[in-house]
Amino acid sequence: MTPADAVAAVLFLGVILYSVFGGADFGSGVWDLTAGDAERGGRTRRLIDHAIGPVWEANHVWLIFVLVFLWTGFPQAFAAMMRTLAIPFWLAGLGIVARGAGFAFRKYAPTLGWAKAAGVVFATASLLTPFFLGSIAGAVASGRVPATGTGDIFTSWLNPTSLLGGVLAVTTCTFLAGVLLTADAERLGHDDLAEELRHKSLIGGVVTGVVVMAGIPILIVDDQTLVDGLLGRALPPAAGSGIAGLGALWLLWRRRFRPARVAAAGAVALVVAGWGVAQYPWILVDRLQIEEAAGADATLVGLLVAAGLAAVLVVPPLVYLYRMVDTPPTSAGAAPVAE
Amino acid sequence: MASMALASAAPALAASDALLPARNQMALSLGWHIVLACFGMALPAMIFVLHRRGLAGDGAALELAKRWSKVSAVLFAIGAVSGTILSFEMGLLWPGLMETYGDVVGLAFALEGLSFFVEAIFLGLYVYGWGRLPGHLHSLMLVPIMAAGVTGSFLVVSVNAWMNAPTGFTLVDGQVVDVDPVAAILNSAVGFQFLHMYLAAVMVVGYSVAGVYAMGWLRGRRDRLHRLGIVVPFLFAAVASPLQPIVGHFAGQRLADEQPIKLAAMEGLGQTTESARLELGGWWNGEELVGAVEVPVDGLLSFIATNDFDAEVIGLDAVPEDEQPPVAIVHVAFQTMVAIGTALMGLAAWGGWRLWRGWGRGRRDLDGAISSTWLLRALVAAGPAAVVAMETGWITTEVGRQPWIVHRLLRTEDAVTDASYIWLTLIVLIVVYAGMTVGAVAVIRSMSRRWRAGETDLASPYGPSAPIGEPAGVGADG
Repeated sequence: MTPADAVAAVLFLGVILYSVFGGADFGSGVWDLTAGDAERGGRTRRLIDHAIGPVWEANHVWLIFVLVFLWTGFPQAFAAMMRTLAIPFWLAGLGIVARGAGFAFRKYAPTLGWAKAAGVVFATASLLTPFFLGSIAGAVASGRVPATGTGDIFTSWLNPTSLLGGVLAVTTCTFLAGVLLTADAERLGHDDLAEELRHKSLIGGVVTGVVVMAGIPILIVDDQTLVDGLLGRALPPAAGSGIAGLGALWLLWRRRFRPARVAAAGAVALVVAGWGVAQYPWILVDRLQIEEAAGADATLVGLLVAAGLAAVLVVPPLVYLYRMVDTPPTSAGAAPVAE
Repeated sequence: MASMALASAAPALAASDALLPARNQMALSLGWHIVLACFGMALPAMIFVLHRRGLAGDGAALELAKRWSKVSAVLFAIGAVSGTILSFEMGLLWPGLMETYGDVVGLAFALEGLSFFVEAIFLGLYVYGWGRLPGHLHSLMLVPIMAAGVTGSFLVVSVNAWMNAPTGFTLVDGQVVDVDPVAAILNSAVGFQFLHMYLAAVMVVGYSVAGVYAMGWLRGRRDRLHRLGIVVPFLFAAVASPLQPIVGHFAGQRLADEQPIKLAAMEGLGQTTESARLELGGWWNGEELVGAVEVPVDGLLSFIATNDFDAEVIGLDAVPEDEQPPVAIVHVAFQTMVAIGTALMGLAAWGGWRLWRGWGRGRRDLDGAISSTWLLRALVAAGPAAVVAMETGWITTEVGRQPWIVHRLLRTEDAVTDASYIWLTLIVLIVVYAGMTVGAVAVIRSMSRRWRAGETDLASPYGPSAPIGEPAGVGADG
């Protein structure tokens, strides 16, 4: 394995982690959007605050990680994507700003009116942002980003594969977040809320399945390289993703929420991994290969060292943070879960 | 402001139409984000002092630490998203820079991302740790945040310093070869530039926070909470204030060596001069400096720049006009920064002297020390003044580097995107940043109003009041 391949693998691991953690985060925003008015949706929104409040910033650092590895490891691919896909990148960037600011402001909003306004911004941006990110993935995967110069700034991301990528990103984020929130609601003793979220998540899961099925003919027509990869080298992760997704639905149906979380996250991770394996050795499908795009060797080695440092310095406290979030406060005044 | 003059500096070569809006957008994004970055760099240390005092039994200090941690959660959130936008903008606005030099400067960004990750995780642990983590362990969560604030800002500043003093690679026929990313990080400008920024952050945060509580004191809220809120951040800023000009001086000496045209623009020096005199203030009218006050010491500028009264200081005439920055802006920005920095040093001395007098003589009379209406008013003004000084400092170094994005190697106009709609994204971002500013101010003011009204948990104002998992606020302090 060359340093360039190793950096590409680490980069793609970042994409997978962002899809799972950032995805759960975006999806929570979609559930916020559909929670109903202030009276009815209050409990769901508190649950979302509780679930993602402490971790959402960390969840989005994966995106920064991916961007930095891309421009450092593969400067030409980064510049090419930014030139051709500038519009969806701008929209995704604005979406990330809007949802982060909206979420933070809502938490300490002075009045209900402020909270509603901030909440709408947060939730709407949570729905739109993964669509743009998915359409970017579709553009790269379907060979619409030329290695030099600027491709078509509209059809590069408004095309069948990109639309599929965008819709799939939204539905998978929503399903994943639904499963996680259902499990949280049950853990906190809100059985009726868990039941409501379970019901909605099951619908979300079925919708995701339908989108995947609809996507198969689209890919066959639109994206030969990716299909070849998915039917070849990437078949195990792609099939694994399908199995994990069905498993998550079944576990949700059987009300086994904690294992359902693992299965849903696994389904997301595997489908993204399948995409990565399928498009190897291209970094921009049909246009630019990993080796050609790679930056200086010394820098690639430096990036691998940085990734190793991240594994040592970041993963343990991150696990600790997720565990702390799972533990209710212990001090006096920490009221038991009520209602 | 920065790019108004940039237009006139743009040479006859057909520059992209995006240059002007792209420069403005980068200035807006960085100028906005840097204020929040200051809080990320300097506030955790102040919270740490208070939290430790609180653990030693000082209830007011503990309460203040709690409040500041909640405020920092809001600031960190909008700082994080405005920082994310910056990483998009690096590519969206300056693809020519990233394409050529991405792998030279990228390692600094990768390690900075790592620092930011550590910061985000431990901030989550700290802010949500109230009532969940035991006191001492909880306060120690601030240590990695402080460390990551130092390493992260060092690495980001190192990239900017590299643009001033590019190194760590060789150019062969326009191709970048022999890349040494570590040498790029440890370039000749990074040391003093980082220290200058770090001290600026301490001053911005110290004076801003002290100013907020000084305002409260002036309005009659004279309790222990406000006394701590004034004294602790002020002491941080007061230590940084006299160090800042010293660091700045050494940063300037590097300019004399490596970027003499930037220095000439800062000082308004038209002609290369031996034994040059120092001129203060004034205005660059396009030809020469007018209305400046000359310090009647022969060779003072030469001495400051080079430690030698007789030395030659390079003037703007050393390079053709299309290699000169917009002088008027650089000059006025630099003079503003120096004037404010000097005034803040005076404030640090005045306040420090009063505190020393009040605290000494066995009287322990801090109330008496800070109860000077004029000192409190000066503190209120010092926060915004420190922000202006920091922003004008960044304008000095950034506009002063023009027309280069990488000093003497890559022109800004050659690095900018050729997209035609950057005016539009600029307008959108102005609206977004205005919205975030209004939102942040409204939210923080509302937090402080509710704290004054006696609330400790700040409940989110939506939905039924029953809590989920925890009392509605993060601070489950019963």
